[in-house]
Amino acid sequence: MPASVFRMRDVSKVYRVGDLEVVALREVSLELHAGEFVVLLGPSGSGKSTLLNLLGGLDTPTSGEVDYLDHDLSAGGDEALTRFRREHVGFVFQFYNLIPSLTAAENVALVTDIARNPMDPHEALAIVGLSERAEHFPAQLSGGEQQRVAIARAIAKRPDVLLCDEPTGALDVETGRLVLEALDRVNRELGTITAVITHNASIAAMGNRVIRLSSGRIVDIAANATRLRASELSW
Amino acid sequence: MVRLGPLDLKLLRDAWNLRGQVIACALVVAGGINSFVLLSSVNRSLAASQALFYETHRFADVFADLVRAPEPVARALAQIPGLAAMETRLSVRVNLDVPGLAEPARGRIVSLSRDPAGGLNTLHLRKGRMPAPGSQDEVLAAEAFAVANRLAPGDAIRGVMNGRYQSLKVVGVANSPEFIYALGPGQLVPDNQRYGVLWMDRKGLEKAYDMEGAFNSVTARAQPGASLPAVLGEMDRVLAPWGGVGAYDREDQISHRFLSDEIAQNRTMARVTPTIFLAVGAFLLYMVLTRLVQLQRSQVGLLKAFGYSGAEIALHYLKLALVISLLGAAIGVGTGLPFASAMLDLYGEYYYFPMAGGDQRAAVAGAGTALAVIAAIAGAIPAALRAARLPPAESMRPEPPAVFHAGWLERWGLRRALRPAGRMLVRNLARRPLRFLASVAGIAIAVSLLVMMTAMLDGIRYLMDWQFKVVQREDVQVVLAEPRSREALHAFAAMRGVVQAEPFRIVAVRFHAGHRLKRGILYGLEDSPALRRVAGEDGRAIEVPPDGLLLTGIFARDLGVRAGDTIEVEAMEGKRPRRTLRVAGVVDEPIGYAAYVSRATANRLMEEGDVLTGAYLRVDARERERIFAALKAMPQVAGANLREATLERFDEMIERSVGIMITVNLVFAWIIAFGLVYNGARIALSERGYELATLRVLGFTQRESAGLLLGEQAAITGAGLPLGLALGIGLTLYFIWMLSTQMWRMPYVMTGANLVGAMAAVAVAAVASGGAVAWRLRHMDLVAALKARE
Repeated sequence: MPASVFRMRDVSKVYRVGDLEVVALREVSLELHAGEFVVLLGPSGSGKSTLLNLLGGLDTPTSGEVDYLDHDLSAGGDEALTRFRREHVGFVFQFYNLIPSLTAAENVALVTDIARNPMDPHEALAIVGLSERAEHFPAQLSGGEQQRVAIARAIAKRPDVLLCDEPTGALDVETGRLVLEALDRVNRELGTITAVITHNASIAAMGNRVIRLSSGRIVDIAANATRLRASELSW
Repeated sequence: MVRLGPLDLKLLRDAWNLRGQVIACALVVAGGINSFVLLSSVNRSLAASQALFYETHRFADVFADLVRAPEPVARALAQIPGLAAMETRLSVRVNLDVPGLAEPARGRIVSLSRDPAGGLNTLHLRKGRMPAPGSQDEVLAAEAFAVANRLAPGDAIRGVMNGRYQSLKVVGVANSPEFIYALGPGQLVPDNQRYGVLWMDRKGLEKAYDMEGAFNSVTARAQPGASLPAVLGEMDRVLAPWGGVGAYDREDQISHRFLSDEIAQNRTMARVTPTIFLAVGAFLLYMVLTRLVQLQRSQVGLLKAFGYSGAEIALHYLKLALVISLLGAAIGVGTGLPFASAMLDLYGEYYYFPMAGGDQRAAVAGAGTALAVIAAIAGAIPAALRAARLPPAESMRPEPPAVFHAGWLERWGLRRALRPAGRMLVRNLARRPLRFLASVAGIAIAVSLLVMMTAMLDGIRYLMDWQFKVVQREDVQVVLAEPRSREALHAFAAMRGVVQAEPFRIVAVRFHAGHRLKRGILYGLEDSPALRRVAGEDGRAIEVPPDGLLLTGIFARDLGVRAGDTIEVEAMEGKRPRRTLRVAGVVDEPIGYAAYVSRATANRLMEEGDVLTGAYLRVDARERERIFAALKAMPQVAGANLREATLERFDEMIERSVGIMITVNLVFAWIIAFGLVYNGARIALSERGYELATLRVLGFTQRESAGLLLGEQAAITGAGLPLGLALGIGLTLYFIWMLSTQMWRMPYVMTGANLVGAMAAVAVAAVASGGAVAWRLRHMDLVAALKARE
């Protein structure tokens, strides 16, 4: 059993929306292990994104503890969380979140500029198969290409964990497959812990483990005996 | 209660949500309307009051002074073609002894019209009554003089009239269109305490000055359409045998000249300042609304899907601009009107005439509001049209990513020089070059307003220093009633407490250069003078040539002559000799029309001996009071100007009026800088909040992402500051050119402290507004900002 890198214990998250309290997570406990590829499944409002945001240091829990190795993320202030994100986390979003005024290579360089031990931006783009498109601006790239630039930007700092929120949500099947291949490759070659949120149950076969959420609780954790390659998926 | 439609409710809530920007825009518009209301209502009031006072009080448009003519000459004058009305009168200089005033005061006594209706230059009686017919000791005092010396009907003053010491009883206080602005001979600023106009019954005055059946002054009104030069020429011809010193029209009438120059300067300001503000205001509205329409694309699509027309949607956004602009107009009118009253009160202390031009408030407030509406429409139209033209289906989808490309800057190698963060900044600015340039221009305008205003103030201070430290170094200028021989100088020099006395010979002359003719004063000064010198604008003293004359720059230009040319000088007194003099040099003096010769040259021109018309004295401060008392009692002394008193009056005038203008302009410049930077940063935050949230998620610290956001504003401010200096220098030169009159020319003074101070003041406003936006960035909810696009 590989060592656990993330540990969540009895984590709850309550949002206040006007006069309403919305419980996004209810006493969730979870561990993520080194080199693991995890798929988080669940309907809208099940708490997947909240879980990912807590793991990535974008948010802090209302109660419970989130630890990354010996860092206590639940107690971290803005500065500590920023440093954590800067040094350890790579994010990939559904809508790519590229900076439109920067080329592909520059979007990656934006992160390598502030990272401690980054790879060359062109190396990162090569990993996702976009060496040819390095000097293109986001508006000149297809959705799948933009998402792969986002992945290159996320991995270029050699993060310890890659957090992906619906990375294929805005893409067609073929393009989505290319993106998933890139994630798969990063996980296998660099050993980066990868957590992918998706609505798409077919993607579950890619992961070491599949975590299902519903109404803010983990309802099932299943381990896959064998992981499928992205190219082997069908949906 | 009016029920607001849903679109109007949306409008009010949008305005509330955008309140920071709404306030910033409204303040800039308010600045424009404030300056418009302030300057225009002052201008309208002054111009209307002037016109009304001139008309109702029958201000003459032709004036002539002479030595003495018997009354029958008036018949010849009355026959001059083109005259509608003509009056002869007495106008004499008098030395006054006012209770409570140590120094001698000077004055002019003018005879009252014989016309029971008041005649020309009818007096406006403010207090008391008219002097009794035939009375020899009752006078009316000009209001300016009465107020400055706290004189009321019933008070007595003493005057040296025709060499006799006489008590004068003030029976009333009055104003005349001829003396709205009363400037004594040799004075640069009105000193109403030491110079005043009095009116007396014609018979009484004739008797006091042995002028029975004679006159020494004429005023007249020309028929509409009559040729003034022809009338003036005829008048000169008739009066020449009687010692006429040259007829002149309103252009050369001191009070009219000053008041009209003031009104003209005011009109310039009333056009320039509000235009600048409203242009910036319209630009800010343009930015805010364009961004709002962009943010509300899907709402616009939805409204269209519901069946709202493009015109209705355009009107909706136009209304929002109107709400903002009218808010600004309300602030501008609300603050402008009281400022205008205060300013008019201030004018009332220098210009004595009834401010009776009617109530201009409603008209000015209406015009100001109309200007605000125009600014709102100009600013809102592009955004409103964009909203009207959005196709409904397309507008419900999110906007495609903005298209960027590497611009020409980068092809020049900027790319290699900049990190990605720097490139973001450059590309974002380069993507909207017009917005960038307009913002830079706005900052530059804010700086230039300060530079110009400070330069004006520095210019006035320089002028004062130049006049009172370099040129005018005497303590007292004594003016003789008529030319005297050198013994008069010895008499002054012999007075106890007089340290030094320097004679001068002043001649009223007409300068002929080709077809050009100008009235003016010829100053005959001592060689190598110690007290009164001629100096260039740089402060260096210039030796008056033994023969030939020195002209001020403006005068030489208006006469169309330069050094080496010759001009004809025609004396307007004595035997009225006429001589050709060589222009030995042109002096760069800020004081308008003046011509200098050596006193010997002046004496030669007048074909007289060693004669003076006055003296500059340096006195022992401890003996001042005694010297004043002695001068008061000397019949041959027509008056004495005190350097210190003039300086004090000047200081006071500047501190009050210019102090107000400086403060107002500083506030205006701050409002513009704040409005531009705050709005610019807020819009950048709104446009790029998503981007900045992404950066924060990627591990950028607050400081780093705020730096990216504010970097653009810093670049705009950084480019605007030096440009503002250039613009400010240009604006200063323009205003100097606009505001220069025949009387004086504003010197160009540009100090490093001014330039640095103007930049610092605007930079402070920029930093403060940038800080306000950075505070918002700090409190931005990262997760919410990331979801904003979904």
